[in-house]
Amino acid sequence: MAAANSLSLTSAFLPRHGFHGPSHNQNVQLSTQKKQFARKAVSGWASPAWNFPYQMFSVSVLEDALEPHMSSRTFEFHWGKHHRAYVDNLNKQIDGTELDGKTLEDIILITYNKGSPLPAFNNAAQAWNHQFFWESMKPNGGGEPSGKLLELINRDFGSYDTFVKEFKAAAATQFGSGWAWLAYKPEDKKLALVKTPNAENPLVLGYTALLTIDVWEHAYYLDFQNRRPDYISIFMEKLVSWEAVSSRLKTATA
Amino acid sequence: MALRNLMTKKPFAGILTFRQQLRCVQTFSLPDLSYDYGALEPAISGEIMQLHHQKHHQTYITNYNNALQQLHDSINKGDSPTVAKLQGAIKFNGGGHINHSVFWKNLAPTREGGGEPPKGSLGSAIDTNFGSLEAVIQKMNAEGAALQGSGWVWLGLDKELKRLVIETTANQDPLVIKGPNLVPLLGIDVWEHAYYLQYKNVKPDYLKNIWKVMNWKYAAEVYEKECP
Repeated sequence: MAAANSLSLTSAFLPRHGFHGPSHNQNVQLSTQKKQFARKAVSGWASPAWNFPYQMFSVSVLEDALEPHMSSRTFEFHWGKHHRAYVDNLNKQIDGTELDGKTLEDIILITYNKGSPLPAFNNAAQAWNHQFFWESMKPNGGGEPSGKLLELINRDFGSYDTFVKEFKAAAATQFGSGWAWLAYKPEDKKLALVKTPNAENPLVLGYTALLTIDVWEHAYYLDFQNRRPDYISIFMEKLVSWEAVSSRLKTATA
Repeated sequence: MALRNLMTKKPFAGILTFRQQLRCVQTFSLPDLSYDYGALEPAISGEIMQLHHQKHHQTYITNYNNALQQLHDSINKGDSPTVAKLQGAIKFNGGGHINHSVFWKNLAPTREGGGEPPKGSLGSAIDTNFGSLEAVIQKMNAEGAALQGSGWVWLGLDKELKRLVIETTANQDPLVIKGPNLVPLLGIDVWEHAYYLQYKNVKPDYLKNIWKVMNWKYAAEVYEKECP
């Protein structure tokens, strides 16, 4: 277990949503890097301030926390292999370079390079996207949004039902690998649905991300095989954390 | 409407229109495999083969047929925005059908020659273009492993230049997208659905093992047809 926990990434959301349990972080080591950056307070996902060396979130993840809707087996690979590889490979890629020491968000924006991504973009963006994804869900999730979030959904989509229909359609029609997002556009203060291929995310568009679903096949294949629409439905009905989405909106509109 | 056209001043034009309306959009259907789903084990599991063929490939065909029908209708109506909008679905689903149709043929059970290296003119061409068969396999595996997201890695023939190429395509783009003269000899599907149930995140193991069921006979036939 990472001892020097001044570098632990804490999340505003995970403790509330019960992602506790026996430590599964035995493989997550604090990097033995000489430089140890002070971690800035993470005040929600609008501006995560991860510093190098990036880590998997150190809050213990109970792999079966989202059963039966997302299996522990999926978690074992998705979190334990795919996400971990993005983080490990990112650290290797930026060690000793000018990206060293920058926040993860800055690295994403720099390496996006206006649409001609540099090598570190894929790992940086995927590390961010997956963290954001885990924190978009909670055990006993689902239900409906409320408050300001619901107000904006009704305003910008017509109704919650229309939003759900359009979000599901976006997630189902992202050809190949990618993500579907609910985002907030600071320019016109409106909500927007975005679908992105591979590692791309709405940060590169200057939007604030509020919610995401991973539609790479590895996210659902063990549980749903080819049935991506079923996975998307379960995500909306049983997994989505509207508290997380509302919190992110609050930060974005503060 | 057809009868009204037949009775216009230009009966010949009316008959032509009527005939045109009889012409249907060709529909595509799922090709059979020439081997059982389990016949490629242990390289590729029967579970994957069945899902891949009956679900994934069939879905591309169903969506391709739908998109073509919609395209046909929107062309007839002169609905250009819809015509333009459909291009993505046609490329994706049509490409999926093209690519998978090649893929089933470029795999074969080991007892039917799967994995046996190519002889004859393709074997020589491989040595000329890449130095050795091992070099081809190594390069294709490296490109397949490095491909981010979904896509294919191909051994292709440039039929104009009579040269072999190794290329990757994203998503379901067919090889011809990379060059109008390119003909696929072998393709390896590196979408996660092609290997995930068996190999999980370890794509390199899938790439290593698929060569044991590679149907070089098919590749050689295609090559010899283009380079007699």
